[in-house]
Amino acid sequence: MDYQSRMNREILQVKPSGIRKFFDIANEMDNVISLSIGEPDFTTPFHVRAEGIHTLEQGKTFYSPNRGFAILREEICKWMERKYNVSYHPEAEVLVTVGGSEAIDLAIRCLVNPGDEVLIPQPSFVCYVPLTQMAEGIPVIIETKAEDKFRLTAQALREKITPKTKLLILPFPNNPTGGVMRRKDLEEIAKVVEEHDLLVLSDEIYSELTYGDTPHVCFSEIPGMRERTIVINGFSKTFAMTGWRLGFAVGPHEIIDAMTKLHQFGIMSAPTMAQYAAAEALRNGDDDIVYMREQYDMRRRLIVGALNDMGLTCFEPEGAFYVFPSIQKTGLSSEAFCEKLIHESRVAVVPGNAFGDCGEGFVRVSYSYSLKHINEALDRIHTFLKTL
Amino acid sequence: MQQKLINLLNENARLTNAQLAVMLNTTEENVKRELAVLEESGVIRGYKPLINWDKVAGDRASALIELRVSPKKETGFDSIAHTIMEFTEVESVYLMSGGFDLAVMVHGKTIQDIAMFVARRLSTLDGVLSTATHFVLTKYKEADVILSDDDRDRREYTV
Repeated sequence: MDYQSRMNREILQVKPSGIRKFFDIANEMDNVISLSIGEPDFTTPFHVRAEGIHTLEQGKTFYSPNRGFAILREEICKWMERKYNVSYHPEAEVLVTVGGSEAIDLAIRCLVNPGDEVLIPQPSFVCYVPLTQMAEGIPVIIETKAEDKFRLTAQALREKITPKTKLLILPFPNNPTGGVMRRKDLEEIAKVVEEHDLLVLSDEIYSELTYGDTPHVCFSEIPGMRERTIVINGFSKTFAMTGWRLGFAVGPHEIIDAMTKLHQFGIMSAPTMAQYAAAEALRNGDDDIVYMREQYDMRRRLIVGALNDMGLTCFEPEGAFYVFPSIQKTGLSSEAFCEKLIHESRVAVVPGNAFGDCGEGFVRVSYSYSLKHINEALDRIHTFLKTL
Repeated sequence: MQQKLINLLNENARLTNAQLAVMLNTTEENVKRELAVLEESGVIRGYKPLINWDKVAGDRASALIELRVSPKKETGFDSIAHTIMEFTEVESVYLMSGGFDLAVMVHGKTIQDIAMFVARRLSTLDGVLSTATHFVLTKYKEADVILSDDDRDRREYTV
């Protein structure tokens, strides 16, 4: 049967994730040391796991309300207020989703009409373009640059706005660059957003993993932005809860209602056990965050220092758990570099162009690995570079 | 900085001063100086590998001995504790609250060795009222490290 002709035409246009290819190579080889995985190496803190176990013991095995349990929505609102000084109504302005990814998908599908332009800063996580394509929107890429600390500038944003522009994605703290938007940067973006009457999807999944003295600023805290912004966050990165599949969106009532409708028909509700565990994490997980952040921060310094010493210049990442060194002086393309590195020295990293064409010339190195592991990988990369 | 340095070394004492300096956002000189202070003041008493003896060839047994002792008028429990810790078989000695006084971790080649050590050396000491010997069957976790864990990365590749 000719399946191709019977499938949705948009899904046929969607390219498979460029990260995958190297995962597949790494999986097939022995003795590969990987710095390629984009999830915390910590297991979920035990008090959080214990809460999950407890809910099972109590027989809480039923669906939750579509929006998520009220107790979790309340904890989310308290947390957003306590951490980021933004206030949302737990009944009307929160939706608990299956990971931040689902929330991104819902938001894009609920806001984008065919032909609407969606502004996507790159390098960035791989999901925004395909999800926009599936909604028959038009992805419009804005390149961020190392010399701007991989931040989105108001000028770069302005240049890409047309009468068709509907939505701006703000993927900060950024995977893969580690770029972070400071308050001043966000205020400048906000001006443009207001001028052109845009909506904003702010993907803040790495919000608790920023380094240095200035904490993360939530985009909806910037005056005037609350009414135009959907903030996405979740538990995977903050509390090392990737496998629990739990995230959330907060935003204007009408948009959250629309997203809830889609979520209700497509997903029904997020996992019950995970929701109780997540409420425990929000209530009593501050120390866990501090501990994990400190560990990441020390690894970050170590890896940035070592890569710079080897001549792979990196912008010093300010958030998430990746460094994004330039490999241009090796004369190799990102993919060629990664292929050579894995075949000759058995280290897996991800080519920068997997995160957008402008990631060419860079590679993504994850530091969500133990010190021992990182040091071994750095030794191998060092030896590898000498052979080039 | 001091506490962070201690935490890092407690996790991995083989990190070089240069690595420690980068991770703590300070200079190698500062790390060196801080380490000297910690060593001189006795906070850091030594640097040892953490060995899972179950995987080392050759026999090794260990036991926890509960001792009830009568304290001395002048020195309390100190003098007997000092005597006990001199034995090379003794790994650690703690003064405890609760139903007994001293907890003594002991190792030897075999269970038999340990039993003989307790019978001949410990229980005959002046002031020892009673002993109870608990042999260790399996060590699951030691000094914050889970011994039974394998290091395999259990994460799957996703996107």
